[in-house]
Amino acid sequence: MMASSYNAKDEDGHITVSGPGGGTLRSKKPENTAFKQQRLPAWQPILTAGTVLPAFFIIGLIFIPIGIGLYVTSNNIKEFEIDYTGVDMSSPCFNCSQNFSWNSTRPCTCTIPFYLDQPYESNVFMYYGLSNFYQNHRRYVKSRDDSQLNGDTESLTKPSKECEPYAFHENKPIAPCGAIANSMFNDTLELFYNNPNGTKSEIPLTTTGIAWWTDKHVKFRNPGGNNPNLTAVFQGTTKPVNWHRPVYELDTDAENNGFINEDFIVWMRTAALPTFRKLYRIIQKKNNMVPTLPRGNYTLEVVYNYPVRSFEGRKRMILSTISWMGGKNPFLGIAYITVGSVCFFLGVVLLIIHHKYGNRNNSADISN
Amino acid sequence: NEPTLLYTVCVGEENWVDSRTVYIGHKEPPPGAEAYIPQRYPDNRIVSSKYTFWNFIPKNLFEQFRRIANFYFLVIFLVQLIIDTPTSPVTSGLPLFFVITVTAIKQGYEDWLRHKADCSINECPVDVVQQGKVVRTQSHKLRVGDIVVVREDETFPCDLILLSSSRHDGTCYVTTASLDGESSHKTYYAVPDTMAFRTEQEVDSLHATIECEQPQPDLYKFVGRINIYKDKEEPVARPLGAENLLLRGATLKNTQHIYAVAVYTGMETKMALNYQSKSQKRSAVEKSMNAFLIVYLCILISKAVINTVLKYAWQWSPDRDEPWYNHRTENERQRHVVIRAFTDFLAFMVLFNYIIPVSMYVTVEMQKFLGSYFITWDEEMFDEELGEGAQVNTSDLNEELGQVEYVFTDKTGTLTENNMEFIECCVDGNVYIPHAICNGQILSAASSIDMIDSSPGGYRREHEDLFFRALCLCHTVQVKEEETVDGIKRGIHQGRPTSFYISSSPDEVALVEGMKRLGYTYLRLRDNYMEILNKDDEIERFELLHVLNFDSVRRRMSVIVKSSSGDYLLFCKGADSSIFPRVVSGKVEQVKARVEQNAVEGLRTLCVAYRRLSESEYAEACHHLTEAKLALQDREQRLAQAYDIIERDFVLLGATAVEDRLQEKAADTIESLHKAGMKVWVLTGDKMETAAATCYASKLFRRSTQILELTKKRTEEQSLHDVLFELNRTLLICTSGSPHLHICILLSVDCLDFGLIIDGATLSAVLKPNQESAGHGNYREIFLEICRNCSAVLCCRMAPLQKAQIVKLIKASKEHPITLAIGDGANDVSMILEAHVGIGIMGKEGRQAARNSDYAIPKFKHLKKMLLVHGHYYYIRIAELVQYFFYKNVCFIFPQFLYQFFCGFSQQPLYDTAYLTLYNISFTSLPILLYSLVEQHVTMETLKREPSLYRDIAKNSLLRWPVFLYWTCLGVFDAVIFFFGAYFLFDNTTFTSNGQVSLRLPFLNYQRMYYVFMQMLSSGPAWLSIILLITVSLLPDVIKKVLCRAMCPTATERAQSTRPCLTVEPSTIFMLSQSSSRMSF
Repeated sequence: MMASSYNAKDEDGHITVSGPGGGTLRSKKPENTAFKQQRLPAWQPILTAGTVLPAFFIIGLIFIPIGIGLYVTSNNIKEFEIDYTGVDMSSPCFNCSQNFSWNSTRPCTCTIPFYLDQPYESNVFMYYGLSNFYQNHRRYVKSRDDSQLNGDTESLTKPSKECEPYAFHENKPIAPCGAIANSMFNDTLELFYNNPNGTKSEIPLTTTGIAWWTDKHVKFRNPGGNNPNLTAVFQGTTKPVNWHRPVYELDTDAENNGFINEDFIVWMRTAALPTFRKLYRIIQKKNNMVPTLPRGNYTLEVVYNYPVRSFEGRKRMILSTISWMGGKNPFLGIAYITVGSVCFFLGVVLLIIHHKYGNRNNSADISN
Repeated sequence: NEPTLLYTVCVGEENWVDSRTVYIGHKEPPPGAEAYIPQRYPDNRIVSSKYTFWNFIPKNLFEQFRRIANFYFLVIFLVQLIIDTPTSPVTSGLPLFFVITVTAIKQGYEDWLRHKADCSINECPVDVVQQGKVVRTQSHKLRVGDIVVVREDETFPCDLILLSSSRHDGTCYVTTASLDGESSHKTYYAVPDTMAFRTEQEVDSLHATIECEQPQPDLYKFVGRINIYKDKEEPVARPLGAENLLLRGATLKNTQHIYAVAVYTGMETKMALNYQSKSQKRSAVEKSMNAFLIVYLCILISKAVINTVLKYAWQWSPDRDEPWYNHRTENERQRHVVIRAFTDFLAFMVLFNYIIPVSMYVTVEMQKFLGSYFITWDEEMFDEELGEGAQVNTSDLNEELGQVEYVFTDKTGTLTENNMEFIECCVDGNVYIPHAICNGQILSAASSIDMIDSSPGGYRREHEDLFFRALCLCHTVQVKEEETVDGIKRGIHQGRPTSFYISSSPDEVALVEGMKRLGYTYLRLRDNYMEILNKDDEIERFELLHVLNFDSVRRRMSVIVKSSSGDYLLFCKGADSSIFPRVVSGKVEQVKARVEQNAVEGLRTLCVAYRRLSESEYAEACHHLTEAKLALQDREQRLAQAYDIIERDFVLLGATAVEDRLQEKAADTIESLHKAGMKVWVLTGDKMETAAATCYASKLFRRSTQILELTKKRTEEQSLHDVLFELNRTLLICTSGSPHLHICILLSVDCLDFGLIIDGATLSAVLKPNQESAGHGNYREIFLEICRNCSAVLCCRMAPLQKAQIVKLIKASKEHPITLAIGDGANDVSMILEAHVGIGIMGKEGRQAARNSDYAIPKFKHLKKMLLVHGHYYYIRIAELVQYFFYKNVCFIFPQFLYQFFCGFSQQPLYDTAYLTLYNISFTSLPILLYSLVEQHVTMETLKREPSLYRDIAKNSLLRWPVFLYWTCLGVFDAVIFFFGAYFLFDNTTFTSNGQVSLRLPFLNYQRMYYVFMQMLSSGPAWLSIILLITVSLLPDVIKKVLCRAMCPTATERAQSTRPCLTVEPSTIFMLSQSSSRMSF
């Protein structure tokens, strides 16, 4: 700390020069305050076996029931997962995955039957899951233009440099630009319930309410304000290379079209890990009498557009109910039970140690 | 015998390069003298500020970036600007900017204060004589050669040579309290040829030049010569010394006005030269801090290398490198792979660079700076008598106070009061005790003197007379009349106006006062005549011809006087070792016996001798002295030679004994230091017996201590070699694991407590590089070995430089122990500067020691609190601070490293920009700063009561590698817990009850943190996980602490458990705050 030492010395010098010299014996007695004399009241927990013991037992006693509660809750959540990538020959989607080409105009469709052995009572959430897809790659993550997505008309025609090489196509600005938008998940999933009488009935899927409220209403906005004519607004821009439709044709509903399309918003919120799931649709509960998804046979119809084989990825469809603690995750409950038991066990160990050494210390103190 | 004849002898045609010629009043010398060469000198502007308005920014930035840490962050910042890096330049630019700005503001403010002070000094009015008139001008316009008028109580504006004063004898009184703290009035002399000037006109008519050395920082040294031209005659040359030079900063006292000529101005004045910063001392903590930094730098580089290599291994397949959804731009694709790899490496460096704590230095600095106020604020270290508390001259070394292993202390004024009292004197073996009971007879102060043995009257009588006169004449004491006195001085009431004796040496005052009580009163020095009131109330006058000043090498002083009967007498007093060899007659044996007896009782003894000079002898002595005094170069050496020639063939008169009481609680302090595991060495210039007695009194040596002597007396009998080996063997038998160990313990329990006494002569023999007897090994090593095994060492008969040598020797020994030197006088300065920590005592012998020290305390007893309480606290605080800084950054950055395995080594940062930026500069540095200012793990009372607690922190124990490793492992463990905890808990799950997926790290670069927090903190499981992870991460530390405390408690921990303690347990609270801030992703 060079500065302060220098300072101290200089002050010394100046007092001597500027002061009258000598005779400056004004009382420099320090104040007798608790702070200056370092006598502030304080409390210090001493970690001895004696004090820590009860804490460990209490932690154990609190954590184990919480853990059990969480575990039971988690187990009550029903979850069904099906992989429709089509890697195996036997898979219905095998053909679609083999014959994939970006240019094909005719969509490839495959149908996967499955059986739910339990009825799903409340709202059911339908997810798509991707594996080995590095949505968290740095080059990928930054390849977007937030101001464009927020409805900035200038960015619409001049996308940010970050979007390269997905910023311009044939000298037209891409809207929405960037690698994330370009690679948007575009499989279409439909669910059918196979009635016991042999007929198929389509299960209605809600497309809204799947994005964060803040994303939908704050972060993402269509350019041109409230202009309902999105076609005109996006004039002069081109669709992302891999898209089949331009952005203003994502949905017929004006509240769910353009940049504020919820499927798009969900995709744009990049996942942190290479294996992730994203909310696709919600199956609303109709009435209290009938379960949302009764027990029985179902069919999943996939319009297979999204290639994952090239990077050894997988595609899944997940159906799940939720509770107050979210989706199915037994780990939290198990972790709580484990930590609780460890604490309890340590409490016992410490009790023994305390019993053995505590006495010895005390006797040593007395002898001192 | 007109002395002026001798003065005209031209002295040595030395090399004049190092001198300057000052033309008084800017007048050219008359033709025939040397050519007039106008020289350029700086004006009298004092510039203590470092910066000007214009150069502040560049110069300050340059200064700051010379620090390696700042420079490192600057490089990182530039890398971020140049290449495409994962984090925005803001993340490292902002903290750097913050650190730089805080420092710059602090330094700028200090400099502004300096500017203001400079201004007020430079513009204060000064009277200058120009063309025979007094002209008022501003201080900074003064130039070398100007004649200045200074009035009473004014401060000298620059270094001046006194020409004449309003007093008739051409003297003036000056106090240098502001320069060196000596509040005594010192007398300065004008050259006899100029002292007669009374008016401006007369002064202005003076035609003279001054030749003097170029400015030097030593306040007490000056050599010069004044050449006075009168009409057509040869110039008259007079010597100028320190007694003619008035220093800037000193104040004129008791003199109406003086005329003086400026010789050194502005930044060349001795005061300005003295306020330059001295060499930087670095603390052990800082050294380990730098070592840790290097380790972390290595970790950082290896992390970056590992990741770069893994990245390219992983990217081997093009599907991974560039999957269809994530193409590179053309530009990037064309870049060469080596360049790409290097850029990647740099990007990883940038990503992980937060492992180097940017704000550590600034936090540590703030902690030290603010923390040092606790020392100055300490009420217990305030001394009512002095009216001053402890001073901190540098806050760099606060924590070093807790690491001291060797304490080197001065004896006089440090261990003892330096408050001398005359006890007795002995003339030829007859003892005289003033005002005391002797042989059952009460002697009152001025009454007759008891004579113990009767010897032939005439001879005795003569010696007795000479002895008392010698003591009355041989000194440099001044007499102060009552009305002019300020400050605290002892008065002696005489019936006449009260007067005081003032001297820079308390011994002299004690002696002169003692003489007064024995009936011989020194009255005054008037017109070079010393007046003594003898027993018969007659005034005797002696002409003072020469004073051969005291110095610590010679250890004696002399005066040459001419008695009223015309005899030339040389009186000398000094340490026995420096007098006895020069004595040719007198009752040496009796005096020696008495001296030794007094020394054993712990009294300070001085011997007095005289020599009668014949006229020719005197003339010769005069010649030697003037020649030496006139010399411009090597004056010191020449003077020493001259003194050596003159001071010989003495007749021994007798000896005196003066008592110096121990300082209050000195013994208690030394005992505490011993218990705290420190080795205390006493280094003194005093003689062995006196010093040893003090050591016993101060409990440095206990009765049980086995004393090993390594003194000249012993080495004369045996060779040094044999003595050393013998001592070493004695020690080895008792201390090392030899088979005799148990026998030894059985024989005497105190065998292990050794004390060593060594004297200056033997020490220099030991330290002398040993060339001839190479076969005998190095004495130095053996000596160190002996010292290491002694708990107390007394070094007596030490010259100031030897003190520093000893300190240096111990500093350089194998273990590199931390040394502390404490002293009060100018002779301790060298050792104070040499030791790791220098402590000055604001003593009676001036303030030089306090000024040159790192810390200054009023009394020796304050050392106990300084080391045991403040030192202990500061060390604990800074150690925790440093460890925590490294811990928190590992904790912060390691998840980042782990995350690279999950994002394809693409340098994706885990944290948001704002978080990266603020983590170091506020989230984690402010709480720990507060902690490191107020933490008290044990109460002050406990620390004072149990000095042995100091051993717990000895040898930098809290910053050793195992501890550092433990903290780092803890950091890694916590990082792993947080990362994988979050990974599993949040993996693949929906967290909110409305089913929306909110994965763990959605706040990648461009997204708004606020909404993420809103989403996360509104979900229950997130809170549950935070609680769980914090619990888990605290577990190992808590368990470790509990187990350590239960199994093998340290002394500190035992002290804690026996007594309810203060403040918070170190890591826990901060880990909590820190963890929760971390967990908020």
